[in-house]
Amino acid sequence: MSKIDNSRVNTNVPVIAVPKSAPHSEAQLSTTKGKISALLGRVPGPLIGLIVIFIGLSIMSPYFLTPHNLLNILSQISAEGVMAVGALLVIIIGGIDLSVGSVLAISSMSLAWLFRFGHLPFGWALLAGLAVGAIIGLLNGVLTTYGRLQPFIATLATMSAAAGLAVFITSGNPINGFPDWFLAITTSSIAGIPVQGVILIGIFGLTAFWLRFRPSGRALYAIGGNEEVARLAGLPVRRAKIAVYVIAGTLAAIAGLLVTSRLDSAQPTAGTADLLNVIAVVVIGGASLSGGSGSILGTFVGLLIIGVLNNGMSLLHVSPNLQPVVIGFVIVAAVMTDRRASRKQA
Amino acid sequence: MISTEAVNADPATANHTASHTASQAGESGLVCVGLVKKYGGVTVLNGVSLSVLPGNVVGLVGENGAGKSTTSAIIAGMVQADDGVMSLDGLPYQPRTPADALKAGVALIHQEIRMIPELSVAENIFLGRLPLRRGKIDRRSINESSAHMLGLLGSDTDPRRPVAGLSIAAQQEIEIARALTRDPRFIIFDEPSASLGESETARVFDQIHLLRERGVGIVYISHRLDEIGELADSIVCLRDGALAASWSERDVAKSDIVRAMVGREFVFGHSAPSDKQADVALEVTGLGRTGVFEDINFSVNRGEILGIAGLVGAGRTEMVRTIAGADRATAGTVTVEGVPVTIRGPHSSIAAGIAMVPEDRKNQGLNLDRSGAENMTLPWERKLTKSGIITKRRIIDVANRQREFLDIRGNVDIPVSSLSGGNQQKVLLGKWLVKTPRVLILDEPTRGVDVGAKMTIYQTIRSLAEQGVAIIVVSSELEEVLGLSHRVLVMAGGRQRGILSRDDATPERIMDLALATNSVVQALSPTNATTAQWSTHTVNEGNTHDV
Repeated sequence: MSKIDNSRVNTNVPVIAVPKSAPHSEAQLSTTKGKISALLGRVPGPLIGLIVIFIGLSIMSPYFLTPHNLLNILSQISAEGVMAVGALLVIIIGGIDLSVGSVLAISSMSLAWLFRFGHLPFGWALLAGLAVGAIIGLLNGVLTTYGRLQPFIATLATMSAAAGLAVFITSGNPINGFPDWFLAITTSSIAGIPVQGVILIGIFGLTAFWLRFRPSGRALYAIGGNEEVARLAGLPVRRAKIAVYVIAGTLAAIAGLLVTSRLDSAQPTAGTADLLNVIAVVVIGGASLSGGSGSILGTFVGLLIIGVLNNGMSLLHVSPNLQPVVIGFVIVAAVMTDRRASRKQA
Repeated sequence: MISTEAVNADPATANHTASHTASQAGESGLVCVGLVKKYGGVTVLNGVSLSVLPGNVVGLVGENGAGKSTTSAIIAGMVQADDGVMSLDGLPYQPRTPADALKAGVALIHQEIRMIPELSVAENIFLGRLPLRRGKIDRRSINESSAHMLGLLGSDTDPRRPVAGLSIAAQQEIEIARALTRDPRFIIFDEPSASLGESETARVFDQIHLLRERGVGIVYISHRLDEIGELADSIVCLRDGALAASWSERDVAKSDIVRAMVGREFVFGHSAPSDKQADVALEVTGLGRTGVFEDINFSVNRGEILGIAGLVGAGRTEMVRTIAGADRATAGTVTVEGVPVTIRGPHSSIAAGIAMVPEDRKNQGLNLDRSGAENMTLPWERKLTKSGIITKRRIIDVANRQREFLDIRGNVDIPVSSLSGGNQQKVLLGKWLVKTPRVLILDEPTRGVDVGAKMTIYQTIRSLAEQGVAIIVVSSELEEVLGLSHRVLVMAGGRQRGILSRDDATPERIMDLALATNSVVQALSPTNATTAQWSTHTVNEGNTHDV
């Protein structure tokens, strides 16, 4: 004997209702509200921090807020800044590139060796140096895509190998003596702005344009956000990832050129200390190591924070050994405020 | 002696009855009254009530998404109800965590087994409360009591061996043993038989009978009706998050239960006859993927809706995924409007005009952190550029068109995660309609979607067909397949079992094809043996509601 609650069965039948349109006034209200909070959510953290640091240092040191010092900061951050752009791209796609510092060293050393001992014309040696960076980037890209290695592991391996080779080439000796025009890259200015600063800003500008307005650049966010979704949307995921590692390698090699020019010397251990700074810059700039987020503007702010802080602390005679401690605090503070802002937004 | 009460789904009434019932059933047992749960804007439970007495088995039935798992999660303290009252032996029962529930004597056996494969059976059973002896884990005591528990269940699994390598059935027993060490008075089984074969299921039944004799109250969730008939002292049927019906006896006609479960059968009617159909849009010949499915042959005309039915594991999703380029086919050809397509990846299929709305919205369909607009334009950005540049304004414009077309309730400029499931699904659908496809594949297009959004999606599918799009709908909801399709292709064990015209496509015929050839599959095709865990138990004639 079975009893069924018939009224329930029947009354629960959904009627095909013509969907009511959403209440528009409310939607619009929440839009403007959303925009304001989105703006507030996007500005703070790092940029406010930068402004505070800037004002603080201007008060504390009479030398800080001078055109000469500010241009000096721009020169000081150029090599790390160029590398940070590559690191940002890699982090956006959800990867990590540990090899940038070693790539800087090996490309610098190979260019110098090819010029001094391989007797290559300097222009060719220079291109070869860039190619070395690109090739290591290509290797990173292939290992992480077709080789299915985790980026951390793949780039750990290339970092180790590249660092070893850089020392091996000359048994650890630096190579000196380059053409004057090459040295001029880091000593001359265009319209009062150091050439290396112009290079830095140019690379940031180009990358910003690519990430914002070009489909292939925007695709990086999709890949980092959810690779399978990106793949099913027809995006060339593996090709894009490889391209990013190649770009990161090439940018590290460009940073290598800048450092070589600045020192008038190719040092086998140059750049090895830069890796963590570069990642710090990107993270302070609001990128998440889990991929899918990060902006060029944020990275630039992060770069300025680190550059300005290091410069200011030197002016104030803070021990160089203590400076990394301060940077450590800044990383934590930046990421925590950033997370709070994004939570508020959501 | 069992009191399973149907309470009206109307929340006001539910609240009203709440105190009444709670006090009435105050003597003994686990009583839930008027449970309500909302996720975001979606009400997944709307006034569910049930009660279990010690030594009794309550069968909890309902379609996918009816609210069975949510109900059990609330009882087991994994989620908190937004409204409603629970009591345990007359005392208020409000578990905030699974630990609370266990302390009160309520255990949940999960649908998916959660074991740490590297640890031993005994360590898994006592995980989280391993007893210490002189600072070391007291292995002897856990091994002994594990052996004892497993023995009670009629299992001879060695408690010292690692869990890795044990059969699913054996792991299920460990899961039950783990629950038993807490000495629970009530146990919820959430579809324990879903991944078990016939003999293994029989063993779980023996164990449940044993528990019942020991006075344990049991909630048994399943959508296999004859299991319920065999076990349950009373039956509670949910539909769309509300109580559809309940019976306080065991001999309930299967057809009655099915009617209560499905209820809304064919309310949206059949799709209009496909008189505008013309020209073959998609032709699939000999399509196969080694070890997954083989020899698929069908064609879909422009303006036609082809339904694909079959049980879970029949190879439906896998088959459409190869057409969409998500997986590689190892045999066969795909032709779109007479032109053969070499499918090298999703991009090839998309270029040929094949779009697929995947079944897994979160992991395959949408990037939840990004805005609806960015999600929708993702596959088309290259086509949306003007002199190589794509602007946010352009993206928003395109997205707003989709929003109006699909009646997406919510802003397209905010992360998709803040939209309801139904609106997320509309965004996903809209993503693949930015450029009208030639062939649209929809894999479970209304999974986890509320009824209103469901209707919008159905209407959209039909109007697309009227515009001449060839449509393939894979669905586990038989009524959805029957209501939408002009023809139905039935798969079982990785093979095509037949294509039914609309007139032939009755639930019985479809189930027949989805089940009956079963034994032939294993005998004839060795490759299919690996494709699905196929048990005759999966295949009961009463299962028409939930393919």
